[in-house]
Amino acid sequence: MDVKALTENGVTANESVTPNPPTKRNSGFWKSVLQQKYLYLMSLPFVIWVFIFSYVPLWGWLMAFQNYKPKKSFTEQKWVGLDNFKELFHDERFYLVLRNTLAMSLLGLIFGFVVPILFAVMLNELRGNVFKRTVQTVSYLPHFVSWVVVGGIVYKTLSIDGGIVNDLLIWLNVIDEPIQFMAKAKMFWGVLTVADLWKETGWNAIIYLAAITGIDKELYEAAKVDGAGRIKQMFNITLPGIRTTITVLLIMSIGHLVGIGFEKQFQLSNNMVTDYSEVLDMYALKYGIQIARFSYGTAISMFTSVVSVILLLVANGVMKKVTKESIM
Amino acid sequence: MGGKAFQMSKGERIFDIFLYIALGLIMIVTLYPFLNVLAISFNESTDTVRGGIYIWPRAWTLENYQRIFSYTGLIQGFKISVLRTITGTLLGLLSSSMLAFTLSRPEFRARKFVSYFLALTMYFSGGMVPMYILMRDLNLIGTFWIYILPGAVSAFNVFVIRSFMDGLPFALQESAKLDGANDFVIFYKIILPLCKPVLATIALFLAVGQWNEWFSTYLYNGNKPHLTTLQYELMKVLSSTNQGSGMVNANDMAQQMAQISPESIKMAITIVVTVPILVVYPFLQKYFVGGMTLGAVKA
Repeated sequence: MDVKALTENGVTANESVTPNPPTKRNSGFWKSVLQQKYLYLMSLPFVIWVFIFSYVPLWGWLMAFQNYKPKKSFTEQKWVGLDNFKELFHDERFYLVLRNTLAMSLLGLIFGFVVPILFAVMLNELRGNVFKRTVQTVSYLPHFVSWVVVGGIVYKTLSIDGGIVNDLLIWLNVIDEPIQFMAKAKMFWGVLTVADLWKETGWNAIIYLAAITGIDKELYEAAKVDGAGRIKQMFNITLPGIRTTITVLLIMSIGHLVGIGFEKQFQLSNNMVTDYSEVLDMYALKYGIQIARFSYGTAISMFTSVVSVILLLVANGVMKKVTKESIM
Repeated sequence: MGGKAFQMSKGERIFDIFLYIALGLIMIVTLYPFLNVLAISFNESTDTVRGGIYIWPRAWTLENYQRIFSYTGLIQGFKISVLRTITGTLLGLLSSSMLAFTLSRPEFRARKFVSYFLALTMYFSGGMVPMYILMRDLNLIGTFWIYILPGAVSAFNVFVIRSFMDGLPFALQESAKLDGANDFVIFYKIILPLCKPVLATIALFLAVGQWNEWFSTYLYNGNKPHLTTLQYELMKVLSSTNQGSGMVNANDMAQQMAQISPESIKMAITIVVTVPILVVYPFLQKYFVGGMTLGAVKA
């Protein structure tokens, strides 16, 4: 056992010193596979796994160009070219859904970006005390509950009988009659954005807080000597100090603009607000799966994925030009 | 240093007061809904209808909890949720730590390929419908495994663990190798024990994800009563009363709650669904904060 392991090691050492001549490349490849057999055994099963569950669905995109019928095999399907996309782009509902998707993701991008940064900067100003730690722990809490629970909480908080928001507004004499927030379609985007902020601000601030910790403390000392107050330091040292983190996260979120998911919309919406709550993924769910128009649904999914990747690449390119920072 | 705090100017002091008030308000706004839910869940059902319960129950009772625990769907859902959380977390930990280990070995020939192969999945997905067709073709619809298999390998988790492993001293592996240990033994005996902090983080992410997931139940297993999860059961109860207050669907659940206000039941179930995670997360805080930072470096 020992001898074998030793020789194996010997070969490894040899190989790294004198690379194989090109003619023997093939045998060298197999030899290295044999030596690294455990590494291959440990990764290959999961690579196949990823292939099945992440790459095979891409092959399913071909369905978008077919009139897919579940009972038939792949070769028996009828090819229809771009018909599904033509129908999609002629559907008025599609533009409504696209508008909702973009509106909610833009709101999410702006507020979901600015508020956590502000929160992190404010937290950072409280230097290491119990209050700071308590605020932090509490702020992570909503991140750990599901959107099902948050949906219930939002309905309860905004309800007309006993919801705290209406009670407070009436108590403060802002309104006379309770407002049915969840039944007002035009309020849906706002309600959703606030709910999202409530859930994720603390969590999203973690990265910024970590980035702030990495800023050189001497910069603050120097600023103090120069007579800069804390607010000045915030704007001139803290915020510029986390610029890289901000840029990278901005690129990532732009890539997710159209693929924002639908969990929150699904849990917060009801029949009265669908014109403002339906997003691309819910549209795909409704038309693609629930009424079994698989090809049409695939066309929607494909549109979403392709636009996401394009947005990501564009955002990455623009940021590279403007700020010299990128993720790829 | 400490003395500086006493030499604050007036402006600085106002700034400090503002900070404390703002952050205190944020804390109240975050906590209030949970306290409100808790208070209502312990309040007598008939009394809840009168409204005005904020953070303290007016008429204490445990009846709501007794009622929901006699509801078989909830017990069933609880079992499935626990089962999927444990299985999904273990499998996710195994896959991501093994992949991360192979990616952390500089001499591994397929390292670059595997790395790109995984990274690509973070930027695109086939979408809901192709995924649905795949699940159908694999005969996973209507089975427990649909909760576990599709998401078992997560590129993000692999990269987080890998950045952690990159920070471990390589000499440990070298000396073990000289002692004749193979790669698997090195992984299992040397690397894994050192990775406890990052594994705790990933385990938390995986467990929370599994526990909170509801869509796969809704989409694939909604008509299989023995496979529904707790989140799905909660969703059913919540949506039966969300639309139009007071209008309860005439189903068996409504009959079960004949004398109990749906409000109190809803809140009691919400607490049952939420509490397991809330009990765990504060203790893992130092781990996940570190884990998020590692992920950001790599992403």
